[in-house]
Amino acid sequence: MIIKKTFIIFFISLIGFVNVNAIEPDVFVQSTVNRASKILSEDLSKKDKVNELKKIAKETVDIRGIGYYTLGPARKGLNDNQKREYEKLFEEYFLKSFSSRLAEYTNPEIDVFDKEVLNKNYTIVNSLLKGTKERPEIKIDWRIYTKNMDNLLIRDLIIEGLSLARTQKEEFASIINTNNGDINSLFKTLKEFTEN
Amino acid sequence: MFKKIAAILITTLTLISNVSAGSDGELLLKKNNPTEIKDCFENLNRATFAFNQTLDGVIFRPVASVYRKLPSPIKNGVSNSLDNLSNLVTIPNNLLQGEIGLAGLNTGRFLVNSTLGVLGLIDVATYLGMEGYEKEDYGQSLATLGFGPGCYIVLPVLGPSTARDTVASAANFLGGDAWYNVTVRNETQYFSDIDYYSSKITGGVDFRAKNYDSIENLEKNSLDFYASVKSLYLQDRQQKILNTKKIIDTQDDSDWEEIESQ
Repeated sequence: MIIKKTFIIFFISLIGFVNVNAIEPDVFVQSTVNRASKILSEDLSKKDKVNELKKIAKETVDIRGIGYYTLGPARKGLNDNQKREYEKLFEEYFLKSFSSRLAEYTNPEIDVFDKEVLNKNYTIVNSLLKGTKERPEIKIDWRIYTKNMDNLLIRDLIIEGLSLARTQKEEFASIINTNNGDINSLFKTLKEFTEN
Repeated sequence: MFKKIAAILITTLTLISNVSAGSDGELLLKKNNPTEIKDCFENLNRATFAFNQTLDGVIFRPVASVYRKLPSPIKNGVSNSLDNLSNLVTIPNNLLQGEIGLAGLNTGRFLVNSTLGVLGLIDVATYLGMEGYEKEDYGQSLATLGFGPGCYIVLPVLGPSTARDTVASAANFLGGDAWYNVTVRNETQYFSDIDYYSSKITGGVDFRAKNYDSIENLEKNSLDFYASVKSLYLQDRQQKILNTKKIIDTQDDSDWEEIESQ
């Protein structure tokens, strides 16, 4: 009896413990956005802002996964060394591109207003970037990987219905194709982008 | 030269006339999937794209950078009146696509905005609850009839298109656009050619100004700007053809499953 009770208490507390860190995808997106907005509105140098944004991206975006997704069928032909090199190059490229895109905005106001659970692995979170005098409002949807609720990850941004991951995938494919399928041409382009 | 043009035309027509009996959503989605659309004339397209970029840098970008600084009521007025004029192409295409209700709604919008809205400057129709205007064109109508997009094409000045959409746009000049008819085709005492062409140029500037930051940002952060523009254009076109604001499944989950198992 005591063993049974102890087991039940243990089990309940375990569930409680597991759920402490689990947050809903829409809350996850709103808090990520709020963190980024705070940095962008702070009195920091552009370099510091970029560094802070990179930290957020590393914690919240599935950079490795997006990298391999973006590579398309070419990922199947990579050897271990190339995989390591690509992962490193892609992360540098992604963080530079991501943070430089965001750093252009001084105080973006993004409101999360809805979510749609696609399946156990994915939820789409809908948000709206408020318009300014110079640009109209923009609808941004976030594809969130929810397989591990304790570690939600962003896998795509869909801006006005246009997927960034898909655009990047087609861009990478174009670079590889115009260089006769040579994967090193992509590595070279990524390197040049990050070094400039 | 003529031989070359004839060959291109025949190739294009063969590719776009791939009409299939079924034209349901799934087939439309597949046919207009950006990855399925071939870039048959890539070298020529890239050269035209470079020309358009130069033109943009010299004309559209500087004009748009001034235009976007104008007070919002002026920009909104211009946008509204251009949207209102576009009804003249949208309404016949609503009918061609069998959307009788939408054709009625858009006709109502056009009448209200052209009169109460002072030649379309104010979108009174939306205030009256006639919301949700979506532009339609002859390319979209051909797509819903089952015509495939054919090759991807970059047109001088006009920018990205597909073989189907380029051929379909000829309908505008053959009586399918009432605005063209009353300005260029049949000159009336009220309008002239310049009204038509200035409305088109203003439309280009308005689009460039609305997307000013996005285009600059994309150009700056793209590894291959041509490929990025092509992908974004074709994704946007696919959504418009399907008349959906719902997110199209932009990522193949099997790709991810394979990545996770690596």
